[in-house]
Amino acid sequence: MNMPYKSLINGLFALPVAFLPLMDEIPVAIALLTPNRKVVLINRALEALTGLDHQTAAGIPCAHVMRSNICLQQCPAARLTDASEPVCIQGDLVNRDRKKIPIRVTFAPVRDTDGHLVGFMETVEDVRLLQELDGKIGKAYGFGQLVGRSQQMERIFRILPVIAQSDSSVLITGETGTGKDFVAEAIHQASQRAKGPFVKINCGALPETLLESELFGHQKGAFTGAMENKPGRFRLAHNGTLYLTEIGDLPLSLQVKLLTFLDDKIVYPLGSTKGFHVNVRVIAATHRNLEQMVKEGRFREDLLFRLNVVRQHLPPLRERGDDIRLLLDHFLHHLASQFKKPIEGFSGKALRVLRNYVYPGNVRELRNIVEYAINVCQEAQIQPRHLPAYLTEMRITEPDRKAEVLESGLPSIAAMAPPESGEADLDWGAVERKMIMEALLQAKGRRSRAAGILGWGRSTLWRKMKQYGIAP
Amino acid sequence: MAPRFDLATEVLIAAVAKGEVREEKTMVLPQASAEKLCHMLLTEEVQAVICGAIEQEYYEYLTWKRVDVIDSVVGCYEAVLQRFGQGTLRAGDVLYEAKVEEGNGL
Repeated sequence: MNMPYKSLINGLFALPVAFLPLMDEIPVAIALLTPNRKVVLINRALEALTGLDHQTAAGIPCAHVMRSNICLQQCPAARLTDASEPVCIQGDLVNRDRKKIPIRVTFAPVRDTDGHLVGFMETVEDVRLLQELDGKIGKAYGFGQLVGRSQQMERIFRILPVIAQSDSSVLITGETGTGKDFVAEAIHQASQRAKGPFVKINCGALPETLLESELFGHQKGAFTGAMENKPGRFRLAHNGTLYLTEIGDLPLSLQVKLLTFLDDKIVYPLGSTKGFHVNVRVIAATHRNLEQMVKEGRFREDLLFRLNVVRQHLPPLRERGDDIRLLLDHFLHHLASQFKKPIEGFSGKALRVLRNYVYPGNVRELRNIVEYAINVCQEAQIQPRHLPAYLTEMRITEPDRKAEVLESGLPSIAAMAPPESGEADLDWGAVERKMIMEALLQAKGRRSRAAGILGWGRSTLWRKMKQYGIAP
Repeated sequence: MAPRFDLATEVLIAAVAKGEVREEKTMVLPQASAEKLCHMLLTEEVQAVICGAIEQEYYEYLTWKRVDVIDSVVGCYEAVLQRFGQGTLRAGDVLYEAKVEEGNGL
């Protein structure tokens, strides 16, 4: 087959290879553009997407071929410079069949061997299928890997897609094991940055000096042992999301550096005078009470204000009502099939123990308990003896709970309640208190309705609430 | 020519008779909107619309309102109007001069 192709690739194979047929085999739509954004070449996938053949498209300004809102409103190629990194944007195009197609476009500069800009490469993905899938996923009672049916969680599931679509910094708070990491990842996956990297770093896991080089990178020779340039997590997360977990453990000196970055979006690697502009969305998470830390001078107030653009608090499991049962069944189903165990469910007694436990470790602890039980259980139903011994034997002591409340800074009604490791352990006062709490929860905090549920008058409920120290 | 009908903010209205452009006026829209543009075209009693990409919904609306739509046209408006005046302008015409040949770039 002797085709008169002018673009050939030399040096890759033994003989020169025609470039266009190679591009045509790539299933992703690709366009090569000149520096002034005129089309040099489009591949077959882009021909199919736009309805324009490559002969017609050659030489036309890219906007007339792509016919995308990105070209007309926020063309990234217009802003890309010699030093720029690839950019990923979502938008839509109208093809020759007059159909509007949602797309995700990645622009990357094309450089010659000396690093000079010679053009751009534009990669276009049709995201119709992804959007359909998003719709289907959204119908389930969950978001990403999070599962829940309680009102608090439903509220979170409603707000998370909105948060994901914005590009603001997010601060996720919540006790340990409430799913902060999952929320951060789900936000990234549902955002326009989903195609970009999701880079996670634990601010509490590394010593200060290492953390600085890990986050911001370093220049070769910046310190002993810095044998080569290191880009740092911020630059690795370019066009994506940087997730800073345990932000409360970030040393003060690095808080200043992070603050500077959030202001001007420029990263200065250790020992380098040259800054790098990076396009990163920052999601931070902590189980600590940052306001308290600010008061104690352990966390910078201005950094808190900058991170606190969108704040999402995740409720502890004990405040999520029936979600315990839902999560028990969810993890049982998931893990039993993973471990290939023919376990059908929990026995009534086991369920009672599990529902009365307070789960200081929240969903993570619940999952671990179910995993333990599935491993131990050799029967069709999980019995109390298959549960970890501490569930039936040990009680969480009061000082522990106070410490927990102090740390999270969010005293919950259940956290203030006495231990609930078993109904038999409670005296009448505790039972009555528990009844009030349950009635209040059921009545969503409306006291007259709670009094109705209990069969009491409003004044009796008020008196008892005062007696048990339940704040109105 | 604006690449997209729904994102165009400027409209050139021309009267063409016997192959010549007799009259021209430009209208600027406060913001891009396909609905407002359709409304404006009908108020101005336009008989034919020459545009870049247009969605099927607006294409059908305008043709239903007896407006001829010649879409997917690329090129500068003078050349497009001249071709229209000659009666040879077709949907999908590319009247762009600066062509590149594969392998040459620009």
